[in-house]
Amino acid sequence: MSEPVFAVRDLRVSVRTRRGLASIVNGVDLTVDRGRTLAVVGESGSGKSMTMLAATGLTPSGVRVSGSARLLGTDLRTMRARKLRSFRGRHAGFVFQDPLSSLNPLMTVGRQIGEAYQLLQGRSRADARRRAVELLGQVGIPDAEQRVDSYPHQFSGGMRQRVMIAMALACEPELIIADEATTALDVTIEAQVIDLVTELQAKLGTAVIWITHDLSVVAGMADDVAVMYGGRIVEQSPVDELFEHPAHPYTKALLGARPRIGDRSPLAAIPGSPPNPLRLPPGCAFYPRCPVRGDARCATELPPLAPVGHEHRARTFYADVADAVPGGSMS
Amino acid sequence: MTTPSAQFTEPVADPATAATGDAAAGRPSAGSARDVARVLVRRPLALGGLLVICLMVVLALFGTQIAPNGENDVDVSQMLTGPSAKHWFGTDELGRDVLSRVIIAAHASLEVSVVSVGAALVAGVLLGLLAGYYGRFADSFIMRCMDVLFAFPVMLLAIAIVAVLGAGISSAMIAIAVVYTPIFARITRASVLSVREEVYVRAAVSIGVPDREIIGRHILPNVAGPIIVQTSLSLGFAILTEAALSFLGLGVQPPQPSWGAMLYDARGFVEQAWWMAVFPGLAIVLTVLSFNLVGDALRDVLDPRRRTQLEAAGRP
Repeated sequence: MSEPVFAVRDLRVSVRTRRGLASIVNGVDLTVDRGRTLAVVGESGSGKSMTMLAATGLTPSGVRVSGSARLLGTDLRTMRARKLRSFRGRHAGFVFQDPLSSLNPLMTVGRQIGEAYQLLQGRSRADARRRAVELLGQVGIPDAEQRVDSYPHQFSGGMRQRVMIAMALACEPELIIADEATTALDVTIEAQVIDLVTELQAKLGTAVIWITHDLSVVAGMADDVAVMYGGRIVEQSPVDELFEHPAHPYTKALLGARPRIGDRSPLAAIPGSPPNPLRLPPGCAFYPRCPVRGDARCATELPPLAPVGHEHRARTFYADVADAVPGGSMS
Repeated sequence: MTTPSAQFTEPVADPATAATGDAAAGRPSAGSARDVARVLVRRPLALGGLLVICLMVVLALFGTQIAPNGENDVDVSQMLTGPSAKHWFGTDELGRDVLSRVIIAAHASLEVSVVSVGAALVAGVLLGLLAGYYGRFADSFIMRCMDVLFAFPVMLLAIAIVAVLGAGISSAMIAIAVVYTPIFARITRASVLSVREEVYVRAAVSIGVPDREIIGRHILPNVAGPIIVQTSLSLGFAILTEAALSFLGLGVQPPQPSWGAMLYDARGFVEQAWWMAVFPGLAIVLTVLSFNLVGDALRDVLDPRRRTQLEAAGRP
């Protein structure tokens, strides 16, 4: 098997706060291959965004990161800052959550899309502009030739997100990381953006990491899913397998908490709140909220991420307790 | 007037032209030239301020041609005469025409103000950008130095600097530049700190844009608003500082006229010749006030928080 596009090994992130050390990410392993889409799912604060920022060296200062993150076989974590920036710019593209604030309001979208292309590949400004027009066309913006000289405020939210995608694609990266890229958009635009990414992925063979908390998005576009909780991956599986046979009680609860059309019963919520990164439970992070709680081990001992099926692993001692949660299974 | 602020005005005004060109966009971008014009029209005081500044600039540039007499035309037969048809602002103790001296003094006052604020602007903004963007050691070092400068009362520091360099117009410029640099550094740093955390800056980092471009293209234009406002206010206050230094005999040297030095000359004749003090004083007040009025108007246009109120009030 060829080398994966992006491989994260034992990534840990912590922040020193006034009230102690907050462990935000606690040993995450991830792999994504060429042309595949990995969805990283979890609640707010589960560490999914921080995992990606830390792995690619985009964390704010004051954050401690350890572990390795290999992009195309090169470890980003040991790379010098200047080299990292151009390497990352060339081989990875990012789409951030908020299309309102992720574009510079005082620069034309064309300049922003072409900026990296011009600077990293040493192209002329005219070349960069041509490339921006081409990319805007690719992401489905009509009249690209005129729109390239517009400013972000002249675009709608969905179009700005397309601009972000065009920006991420400018240097034809091998990897695209989309962090809640469609969360701020309405459902129809969301569907368009997802279609766009899948289409471009099929055409260019890009690997995609899609960070989201929306399971319906995952079902529609991902190949593999990693469910995060308390800064760890609690379940990892191909997408169909996860939806058909969720193993971890948390995953089951998440699937149970989805609204479904035609179902008039009240929405199932997961009781309790996510763990405080300042005081992670010594055992399973989900223990305080877990409906299963098989035995005392759960409270004191961290379950390993163990295989429960074909390419399917879960961090629980009780993968076989089926349907412990009402509506926990799709079938 | 080629104020140093011109270079910063441009990137801000830039989107405006695009916005006006695109009628479909509807919303002109913030801080556009059109916004400025609209605000000025609705605020007669600011418009008046702008006119006074323009007048002062004209006087500064063409004072010697405009003034009815030379600044040092002594006429002992006309000593200390009050305002009259011949000498509108009266004459001083050497029979020099006060009006002519006030007009010609505009040059020294504005020159000192523009040059020193320009230097403070460039140095302060540069330091503020470095401190705000790189943080950590650069930030602590630069800002502690600025704090030290800030700790001294403005006049005391200016007097100390002039004392070291010797009295004269260029010493006054250097002193004012040094005194005003920390203000620009602080304002710039504070704005950079917030803009640095914007997603578009992270996005620019993520696609590999080098620091220099990020600072120049993404951060500087987005922090220009408060800096422009501060420039306008500082230009006014620098005139005041220059007048104070000249009044103390540390700035512009006689016989070259400056408003502050004219006040100094008038000090001994306040009871016999009020016009000697009142007219240069009025020139100072008017100019400083005008810069403040314009600065306030600019703040309304460029401050994002006030901008929304403005839009709510100004549009049907």
